[in-house]
Amino acid sequence: MADFWNRFSRNRGAVIGLALLVIVILVAVLAPLLFPQSPWRMVQRPFLAPFSMDQYPLGTDALGRDVISGLAYGAQVSLLVGLVSTVAALLIGIPIGALAGYFGGWMDDALMRFTEFFQTVPSFALAIVLVAIFEPSIQSIIAAIAIVSWPPVARLVRGEVLSLRSREYVEAAILSGQTSLTIILRQVLPNTISPIIVLASLMVATAILLESSLSFLGLGDPNMMSWGYMIGAARTVIRQAWWLSFFPGVAILLTVLALNLIGEGLNDALNPRLARRGK
Amino acid sequence: MLRFILMRLGKAAIILVAILTLNFFLIHAAPGDPAAVMAGEAGAADAKFIAQLREQFGLDKPLLTQLAIYLKGVLQLDLGYSYRQQMPVADLIFSRLPATLLLTMTAFVISLLLGTVAGVLASARVGKWSDTAISTLALLFYATPLYWAALMAVLLFSVYFNWLPGFGYETVGANYTGLRRVLDIGQHLILPATTLGLFFMAVYMRMTRASMLEVSQLDFVKTARAKGLKPSIIQRRHIFRNAMLPVVTLAGLQAGQLVGGAVLTETVFAWPGIGRLMFEALAQRDYNLLLGVFFVSSAMVLLFNLITDILYRFVDPRIRVA
Repeated sequence: MADFWNRFSRNRGAVIGLALLVIVILVAVLAPLLFPQSPWRMVQRPFLAPFSMDQYPLGTDALGRDVISGLAYGAQVSLLVGLVSTVAALLIGIPIGALAGYFGGWMDDALMRFTEFFQTVPSFALAIVLVAIFEPSIQSIIAAIAIVSWPPVARLVRGEVLSLRSREYVEAAILSGQTSLTIILRQVLPNTISPIIVLASLMVATAILLESSLSFLGLGDPNMMSWGYMIGAARTVIRQAWWLSFFPGVAILLTVLALNLIGEGLNDALNPRLARRGK
Repeated sequence: MLRFILMRLGKAAIILVAILTLNFFLIHAAPGDPAAVMAGEAGAADAKFIAQLREQFGLDKPLLTQLAIYLKGVLQLDLGYSYRQQMPVADLIFSRLPATLLLTMTAFVISLLLGTVAGVLASARVGKWSDTAISTLALLFYATPLYWAALMAVLLFSVYFNWLPGFGYETVGANYTGLRRVLDIGQHLILPATTLGLFFMAVYMRMTRASMLEVSQLDFVKTARAKGLKPSIIQRRHIFRNAMLPVVTLAGLQAGQLVGGAVLTETVFAWPGIGRLMFEALAQRDYNLLLGVFFVSSAMVLLFNLITDILYRFVDPRIRVA
């Protein structure tokens, strides 16, 4: 563990990313304490410019809602959707990849054609269609993002399993009479965990971008304040009120950047042999 | 070669049928009566139109018969009728397709060109400040939401500096012809195409940089150096050519994502392409149109992939032989 932290912290960007992410998590968790009023409530006159009133440092929007409070609650949605949809995508992708890699043959063929189909279809367009048809809600958004983002997981796991499958210790396990399920779960998958963790950290970043894009188009959960929704609602008044779209965008940028940096750091720490290649 | 193209075409056809089948089941999985779903928001369409839809798609027949009717319709280029826009879906999409093709192609060329040039520059100056600057910029572009970059570009270059138009496809009411019109459209194209390409530029830059550095470690490059070849020639003929292979592969795969990104860019810039059409379909809950745009953009992606696959065979002679 200390070894892991040593390698991770040698990457300066990763440490900055981790610090940024901790701030975002804190803001999301503390949002109800920092801003006890609902972010949907009108608190001041509309279009209050930022830095003009201490109580509302980032100003108010077209309906007089507090921008900074919206940002804090928006952090909750971004992190929630990013995390849960990534876990869901892993739950789809890992079994598919493991089965395809372990059994090979027709099973591999069929599962990989299925994966290819989802890789070919333009993922953002598919996510739009899914959320629109099943009505925008936090569940449909999470499901749609998971459905469009599992294929890289399946491909990664398949490749790893394929190379582990012919190792001697797996052959020993087969000879000792363990069932295929036990071998996959106990012997093979634990050895694929490092690259999965790296990929997952990057997937959370992509999922946050996807969620914000959907909300921007008006496909967000109507009951939850999100960064993408804030920018989408401010789009038509951008000439009068730049701050309404500027600040939520910075929040998204920093959060996604933080996760990408962490992903690189994890890669350095977990795959030391690959680390620093091409750097 | 011909055999290869035919096989790829066959594969593409299978994927298209799969997408149509998915579309078909989505209409049926949606909450509510499929006829009402196809007509748009429930209650908004009149009863006569819904009855007509029911007849046309055989909605009282078994599901598989319905699927067959639907697939047959699409084969005849009939993607249904948009009740909201009072036009056949196929006509609507094809009238908007050229604008999207212009936008995505331009974005593709800009991102690939700038991305590889920046990547080569950075790889030649590893560790120096220019490498750090380029790599940091790429990291930022990689994390920037596309639509936000577009909005900020409008704010900066169109509202604040008033350098470039931030809205539409050409100057409304100017009625330019010939070269003036081309220049006018070109001016309108700069901001949308650049902001759409930003993310992909970052991807290609990082890939080119990593690939250049990797190839420059290989034995044949050492041989070239030992032979006393000029560094600029080694860089161009030996390293660059080989380093570009993975970039071309990636570019082919990513090209499809440009079509998805176009929905956001076209919405911000009021660019009259199929992305904007998708946004209109969303706002009006015009599901038939929405699924039509989804189908056509998937077909575009397949076409992009097919073209890069064929190009790849020309770039890399090793594959052609195999």
